[in-house]
Amino acid sequence: MNSSPNFNLWVIPILPLIGSAINGLFGKRFPRNLVSTIALFFPGAAFAYAVWVVSQFAGLSQAQIPHIERLFPWIEAGGFRVDYGFYLDQLSVVMLLVVTGVGFLIHIYSVGYMAEEGGYYRFFSYLNLFMFFMLTLVLAHSYLLMFVGWEGVGLASYLLIGFFFLKHSAAQAGKKAFITNRVGDFGFLLGMFLLIKHFGTLDYDKVFKAISGLPVETGVGVLTATALLMMFGAAGKSAQIPLYVWLPDAMEGPTPVSALIHAATMVTAGVYMVARSNVLFMHAPVSMRVVAIIGALTAIFAASIGLVQNDIKRVLAYSTVSQLGYMFMACGVAAFSAGIFHLMTHAFFKALLFLSAGSVIHGLGGEQDMRHMGGLRKLIPWTFWVMTIATFAIAGFPPLSGFFSKDEILWKAFSDKTHGSWIFWLIGWITAGMTSFYMFRLWFMTFFGERREAIHDEPSGGVHAPSSAHGGHSGHVHESPWIMLGPLVVLAVGSVVMGWTGIPEALGGHNRFDQFLTPVFHTNSEPVGSAANFANEPQKSESPEENRGLELELAGASVAVAFAGLGLAYLLYLRRPELPDRIAATMKGAYRTLLNKYWVDEAYYATLINPIVDGSRAVLWRGVDVGIIDALVNGAGTTSKGLSGITRRMQSGSIRSYAGWVALGAACVVAFMIWMGLRA
Amino acid sequence: MIPLSWYLILGAILFAIGVASFLIKRNIITIFMSIELMLNAVNLTFVAFASHWHQVSGQVFVFFVMVVAAAEAAVGLAIVLAIFRTRETLNVDQVNLLKL
Repeated sequence: MNSSPNFNLWVIPILPLIGSAINGLFGKRFPRNLVSTIALFFPGAAFAYAVWVVSQFAGLSQAQIPHIERLFPWIEAGGFRVDYGFYLDQLSVVMLLVVTGVGFLIHIYSVGYMAEEGGYYRFFSYLNLFMFFMLTLVLAHSYLLMFVGWEGVGLASYLLIGFFFLKHSAAQAGKKAFITNRVGDFGFLLGMFLLIKHFGTLDYDKVFKAISGLPVETGVGVLTATALLMMFGAAGKSAQIPLYVWLPDAMEGPTPVSALIHAATMVTAGVYMVARSNVLFMHAPVSMRVVAIIGALTAIFAASIGLVQNDIKRVLAYSTVSQLGYMFMACGVAAFSAGIFHLMTHAFFKALLFLSAGSVIHGLGGEQDMRHMGGLRKLIPWTFWVMTIATFAIAGFPPLSGFFSKDEILWKAFSDKTHGSWIFWLIGWITAGMTSFYMFRLWFMTFFGERREAIHDEPSGGVHAPSSAHGGHSGHVHESPWIMLGPLVVLAVGSVVMGWTGIPEALGGHNRFDQFLTPVFHTNSEPVGSAANFANEPQKSESPEENRGLELELAGASVAVAFAGLGLAYLLYLRRPELPDRIAATMKGAYRTLLNKYWVDEAYYATLINPIVDGSRAVLWRGVDVGIIDALVNGAGTTSKGLSGITRRMQSGSIRSYAGWVALGAACVVAFMIWMGLRA
Repeated sequence: MIPLSWYLILGAILFAIGVASFLIKRNIITIFMSIELMLNAVNLTFVAFASHWHQVSGQVFVFFVMVVAAAEAAVGLAIVLAIFRTRETLNVDQVNLLKL
């Protein structure tokens, strides 16, 4: 490992940080062109450098991977030591390219999208800051450094959700996201403490090596506890049950932020962390099962909410939660590479969906309610076409990317002998149908049929709080400028071709993506010596022919359910637009439950938030703070004031009274001496 | 031979009168006089002890006290004159400009 070349990996995260610092410190005085040049140059440079690093990485031999670069000792306390260093293996390579690539495209898009907004420099400073932390997160070589990035992206997310901070709901959403994430981070921290306690280190290579030497836990032990705590942290960051509630509200941020942070990159950090800790999770089967269950439940739960939402970004937000659930389900059934595959394809098509939605919103002057859209196909054709590609990709139509990744997950969920189950497959399959339905519902409502203008002038619940920026052209719909459409086209191409890297063998491909990631996910659990090439062997015991047939059948089932979703959406929202209302009226209870998101927010308020707030107000504020702390401080003040009120009478300023006191004192002394004399 | 205690009692009475008049009187000259009275009461006890113990140091002390009293009287009366010239009064309660 020492013979490895030095890639200077630290350059990659530091580049966006420089951009962030320049724009953040001086951007206010810069002209907009300069701000956008800086904001684009540094992430672009990071992307270029990352591509170069990856090209070099391809030349490394198997023994040189993972490639670790330690820069300097960061924390040394007794026997515990953490270095500041970076870790590059196949998994980080994938994440690195996704983060820098998609991130760079979204930066370009933002230049067009944010052109008329205030706080331009601030926006790009935050966005670059996010890139810095995200790159730190994926390149970190220890859990602690990952945690730095982890917290940092949370910060960037908070800043960007609350970007329109004058708007109450945006500020609230920012706080909600941050606090919910903090709850999860607490689990991550506890997990790290357990790792330190039992292994004395947080470096990936050392921790994984130590865990590899341990037997697989059958019950619930230390490894399971650690893994579950880690999973709790991941659930916070990646918006899984029970901590998903912040993500839909996070749509208060500007749309490029929703695309970059709340769809493509940051929210996948939890998936990345679970995949990174695959050794740990594999040694704790109970936690694997928990991960799979949480993922599956989140997938179907969020998808069902997405069915009835009317805000275009909220539909996408619930879709994101649902797709993240898929990724966790994949991790939970030990199909880590499938999860990461879906992460990558999802980054492309979901970023594309969000950015196209942003383009629609931009074109409509801030309108976000799909009930006020319709018939936009002819008016904004470019946006329509890229959105179409993304919709078909996420719905799982071959040969677009979403089909391959989703199908891989479903197949693994069904087939994995130890971790999989047909129940997971069934839930995933139903979710796929729902996904297809709500995406095509969005597609039909937005682009087809008649234009349904908003009756009222004001955009309902639009993100664009300073709507005057877009308000000037609310009358006529217009296509977005090329600086926004360019990234969309690139992402659309990505949404098509990215899936082709992982065509399963059953469909005549080689699943190169899986093979590429295999060293990360399999060698660790095997004896170190055989790490080289045996890992590619499929571990299934069934005959390959039988498997292939089954896999094809399942793939056919997914395509069928995707078509069913398309057909149903076509029927309900294009052919018979009056039907949805009638269905909603007949199934009022169910509809209202979904529309109100199962009242989860309300339940959280009732069970957790209100008791905490009320408790804080009544006990901590009125009781402890006012009653004890303030009372102590004030009491000390009043007491000394009262005492001095007595003694100040002595210091009257009248010489004669002083003399009187002196005389009295002298008399007392004399009396005392006489008394002593009499006693003696 | 008059016993020592008589001198001491006389000194104590004189001192007490001095203290009392110092506290009671308003006129600054009277206050000065009561200070002199206290000093001389002390002087009386000094010489009484000196004669009782046949030691000269008590008498020496009395000279010192007299010198200090004379100096104090000189400075004090000068101050009294100055005050009287500016304020036209000898009542100490009306000379309280430095008091809050």
